[in-house]
Amino acid sequence: MSETLILTKRWGKPNSASIASYRDDGGYRTLQKALSMEPAAIVDEVKKSNLRGRGGAGFATGLKWTFLPKDVRPRYLTVNADESEPGTFKDRYIIEHDPHQLIEGIAITAWALDIHLAYVYIRGEFAKQARILEKAIEEARAAGILGPALLGKAGFDLDVHVHRGAGAYICGEESALLESLEGKKGYPRLKPPFPAVVGLWGKPTIINNVETIANVPWIVENGGAAFAALGTGKSGGTRLFCVSGHVNRPGVYEKPVHYNLKTLIMEDCGGIVGGRKVKAVIPGGSSAPVLSADEIDVSMEFDALKAAGTMAGSGGVIVFDDSTCLVRALARICKFYAEESCGQCTPCREGTSWMEGICERLEHGHATAADVEKLDQLAGNIGGQTICALGDAAAMPVQSFVKKFKAEFLRHAELRGCPFGEHAWGLDQSSREAVVGPVRY
Amino acid sequence: MNASTAPVSGELPREQVERFDHELALVLKRYPPDRKAAAMLPALHLGQEIFGFCSPEVQRLCADRLGTSPARAEEVATFYVMYHTAPIGRHLVEVCTNVSCCLTGGERIFERLKAKLAVKNGGTTADGKITLREVECLGACGTAPAMLVDDEMHERLDERRVEEILGRLA
Repeated sequence: MSETLILTKRWGKPNSASIASYRDDGGYRTLQKALSMEPAAIVDEVKKSNLRGRGGAGFATGLKWTFLPKDVRPRYLTVNADESEPGTFKDRYIIEHDPHQLIEGIAITAWALDIHLAYVYIRGEFAKQARILEKAIEEARAAGILGPALLGKAGFDLDVHVHRGAGAYICGEESALLESLEGKKGYPRLKPPFPAVVGLWGKPTIINNVETIANVPWIVENGGAAFAALGTGKSGGTRLFCVSGHVNRPGVYEKPVHYNLKTLIMEDCGGIVGGRKVKAVIPGGSSAPVLSADEIDVSMEFDALKAAGTMAGSGGVIVFDDSTCLVRALARICKFYAEESCGQCTPCREGTSWMEGICERLEHGHATAADVEKLDQLAGNIGGQTICALGDAAAMPVQSFVKKFKAEFLRHAELRGCPFGEHAWGLDQSSREAVVGPVRY
Repeated sequence: MNASTAPVSGELPREQVERFDHELALVLKRYPPDRKAAAMLPALHLGQEIFGFCSPEVQRLCADRLGTSPARAEEVATFYVMYHTAPIGRHLVEVCTNVSCCLTGGERIFERLKAKLAVKNGGTTADGKITLREVECLGACGTAPAMLVDDEMHERLDERRVEEILGRLA
């Protein structure tokens, strides 16, 4: 059985990022088709497709679109290319290998929602990807695909611009992203009102992840039902799973949204380096609660992973082998959230660096069993107590690591140090290759 | 201090200010005419590129041109890690040590570079050539470990490749 590929099928072709190559493969024909459809019919197809947001929250895309108030204009579209959740590295490849697929998705979405101005918010570190996308937007504009009366459709104008961030994880949070797009520091806004009602410059704004929007042309071309049929339950389509850590073939794998996590790691990724065993897996970016080795035989669909006590998040799968000290791993994760907390809410601002401190003290032999309890308690006092989800994102790994690997945390306290020793972590790259869709690195 | 009365660009070289204004005009086309302040991030990127770092003078220039307060420029310049409010070396080397890079040797690369260049995290070599710092996830976890050198991403690093890349820097 051949697998259906939506997002990666053109990756690795010569000049796949050029408009000529995209058009040779039938690109922008779906936009032409969409422009002959009623906008509401497109929204219906997206609803039927069971497309759920690929940025992390997994919210139903079609439903989100219906939250736009009927009579307020202008409306804006913002595509989230801030990709900064540790373990996530897919949107950059969509932009590198097939930016016109994204642009076609933006144009169709704009037509469906009566939007005439769209921004792609891309993280500042993706300088190369920003250049590729800007070039593709220029090509599309020159070809009459963007701009006034696009593809000859009188009355439908669309401008698309790239807005580069400048290094802040928090700007992937949609309301912080809007602040940043308005030229401010990335402080998340209180919700409600949600951005679909009060967004960019106070106007209704739809914010969708790059991968989410890149799926739209396929849905309109093949119908929402066909997309839904690729998945299961309330989740349709394929998904880009990013695998990193101790596997033989890390990379980006396009698989049905409900693909099995263990199969992905042990078969697609060729198992663990050196034939070692899996110790733990983070299934959806570093914010997702960790799974122990005996929990990974599970579907990666949003609701299935939720039932398993974790989340599908951004699709970032991080694999730890049985030689890994998880206290040290958690210390690094805590450091990330401490570094990236915007500082607006006290529980997160103070709690994240406190949690990092306890993990570091445990690892280096300066903490007790009571500190392990305190660590868990601290996390419980951050989650749910902050304006945005960064507080929860910082708390969830802590609570799950401590709960599932408590013996290892207590052992650090007992031994007054790390049972694994303080050796430098590393892997021999020569025995590994990275697999990004059909491309090898 | 009101934006319109703030001293602007007094200390900045005129030729560079002209280049800034010329390029900023292109950037401003991306935003509605009544929303110029939205261009603060690109304006600071541009200012940093032209003047070397986001000095208070550069911040004031950005605020003035965008019709907003210098405090707004300072707020943005100090919030985001890519803006430098003090001079840095001729090259910026940023090594990711987040989890996936750490597992594959990123931390080791960072520690060796600190020793080799004789700098601390965020420090600049005595000859002013390289500023080294540790950064958070760069979105290159499948091809870890990764580092950025002056906006260019280098992936699947090992110590030999790091040596080569640094050896090519002038």
